[in-house]
Amino acid sequence: MKNQPGSLWQRFTLAFPYAWLVAFFLVPFLIVLKISFSQGAIALPPYRPVLDLTAGWRGIEMFLAGLSLDNYRLLGSDSLYLLSYLKSLQIAAFSTLILLIIGYPIAYGMARTPRRLQAVLVVLVMLPFWTSFLIRIYAWMNILQRDGPLNELLMALHVVSTPPVWLATDTAIYIGIVYSYLPFMVLPLYAVLEKLDESLLEAAADLGCPRWKTFWLVTIPLSSPGVLAGVLLCLIPIVGEFVIPDLLGGSRAPMIGQTIWMEFFGNKDWPAASAVAVVLVCLLVTPIVLFQHLAMRSEERS
Amino acid sequence: MRKVSAFNILAIVLGIAFLYLPIVILVIYSFNASRLVAVWGGWSTQWYAELAGDAEILQAAFISLRVALVSASAATVLGTLAAVALVRLGRFRGRLLFASMIYAPLVMPEVITGLSMLLLFVAFAVDRGFWTVIIAHTTMAMCFVTVIVQSRLVDFDMSLEEAAMDLGASPLRTFLSVTLPLIVPAIAAAWMLAFALSLDDLVIASFTTGPGATTLPIRIYSAVRLGVKPEINAVCSIFVGVVGVAVLAASLLAKISGARGTPARL
Repeated sequence: MKNQPGSLWQRFTLAFPYAWLVAFFLVPFLIVLKISFSQGAIALPPYRPVLDLTAGWRGIEMFLAGLSLDNYRLLGSDSLYLLSYLKSLQIAAFSTLILLIIGYPIAYGMARTPRRLQAVLVVLVMLPFWTSFLIRIYAWMNILQRDGPLNELLMALHVVSTPPVWLATDTAIYIGIVYSYLPFMVLPLYAVLEKLDESLLEAAADLGCPRWKTFWLVTIPLSSPGVLAGVLLCLIPIVGEFVIPDLLGGSRAPMIGQTIWMEFFGNKDWPAASAVAVVLVCLLVTPIVLFQHLAMRSEERS
Repeated sequence: MRKVSAFNILAIVLGIAFLYLPIVILVIYSFNASRLVAVWGGWSTQWYAELAGDAEILQAAFISLRVALVSASAATVLGTLAAVALVRLGRFRGRLLFASMIYAPLVMPEVITGLSMLLLFVAFAVDRGFWTVIIAHTTMAMCFVTVIVQSRLVDFDMSLEEAAMDLGASPLRTFLSVTLPLIVPAIAAAWMLAFALSLDDLVIASFTTGPGATTLPIRIYSAVRLGVKPEINAVCSIFVGVVGVAVLAASLLAKISGARGTPARL
C-alpha cells in the first residue's frame, strides 16, 4: 500500500484534478456558505460584509462580526421556504415510488428476454437520456397543452367532455419527472435482475413454491441493491429539480430549486438564496452518508 | 430456460412507447404547416426554412457547440487523470476529500452548482461569458468522466502495467503505451457523455453566462417559457436527430470494435 504518490507523473495525475476541484467546487461552495451568513445590501456584490484582507486582522475581525444567522431565521419564520422544502420532498418521494412501480416490470421484462435483444433494449432505454432533458420536457408541453394531442385523444375516446387542464398542475410535474427519470430507475434494476441466478428460481419452483411467492421471496430481496441504487439515483436529484417544475408546473407552490432561482434572479437576495441552498445540501447529503455507512457496514460483515 | 411472458412483453412495449412517443409527436408537430401548434395544417417544412434564417438561434447553437467541444475535452483530460489517481494511488492523504469532491457534483442539484459558480466568479470579479460557462461545464462533467473511466480501470489487468514497469518503463510511459490504449473506449464514451451534458445544460449555463454567450438551451428556454412555438419544435427535432444518429453510430462502432466500455451512466 503506497502512502504517498511517488513519481512525478503520479503526483501530476492527482495534483491537477485536485487543484481544479478545490478551486471550482470546494471554494465556490465555501463562498455560498459564507454568503449565507451575510446580509443583503444594495451594492456590488449585493451582500455585506465583504472580507477585506488588506486591513489585516482588523479586517478579519470586522468580517466575522458582520456575519449573522439572520437568513436561517428567515428560513424558519417564512412558511414559503418550509412549504417549498416539503413540496420538493413530497414530489420526490411520490414520483420515486411511481418510478419504482413502473420501472420494475420493465427491467424485469428486459432481464428475461434473449441476450441479443437485451443489448438492443438497453440502448433503447438509454437513448432518450442522451437527447436533451430540456427538449424532452418541452415535448410534454406540446402534448399537455389545452388543445394538444392528449386532450384530443381523451375527447375522441369520450373519456372527458371538456378538455382538462394539465399544464401548470402537479400532475404535469409528476408526468415530466417520471418520464425524465425512468432510465435512471430501469437501468440499475436491470443490472441486478440480469445477474439473478436462475437456478435459485428453479429450486424454489422444484420445491413447490408458486411463482408469485418465488417472486416475492426470492427475486425482490435479491434485487434490493438495484432498488436502492435506483431510488437514490432518482430521489436525490428530483428534490433539487428546476427545469421540470418550472416548465410544466405552476408558480403558486414552487419546488425548492425554483425558490433558489427566484430568490437569486427575481428578488436578487443572494444571502437568502445561499442559505436555502446550504440547507438543501444538508438535506441531500444525509441519505448519501447514511447509504455509505450502511454499505461499509455490510462490507465489513461479509 | 428463461420464459418471456405476455406481461413481460407488455411492460417492455409500454415502457419503450412511453419513452419514445413524446419525441415522435414533437418531430411530427415540427412538420405541421399551421402556426397554431395544436391545429394540424398538413405537412410542411416551413419551420425548418425559417430556422435557417434565424440568426439568433444559429448563433446560440454555434456557441453551445463550441462550449461543449472545449469543456468535454477539458473534462475528459481532468476526469481521466482523477480516475487514474483514484484507482492507482491506493490510500493517500486527502483521499477522502478528493473522492467526495468527485462524487458530490454527481448528485448536487444544478441550481446549487450554478449558484456557487456564479458567486465564485463574482467574488473574484471575473467577467462572465464564454469561458466561465466552459469552466462550470468542465467541473460538472469531469466527475462523470471519472466515474466511467474508473469503472474501466478497476477491472483492468494490473499485471500488464507491472510487466511494463518491470521492463523499465517509467510510470508516464507505462500509462501512455499500455494503459491509455486499453481504456480508450471508456474515454471516448466519457467524452461523448461530457459533450452531451454540456450541450444539454440550461441551469448551470444560465448562472454562469454573460453577455454574448447565450447557449442554445438558454435560447430555447426563454422562447418556450410562455408556451410552445413551431420553430422550437423544428430546432428540437434537428437536435434529437443529430444526437440519435451519433449515439447509434457510437454504439454500433463499440459493437464492431468489440469494446467492452459501454457508454453507461453507471
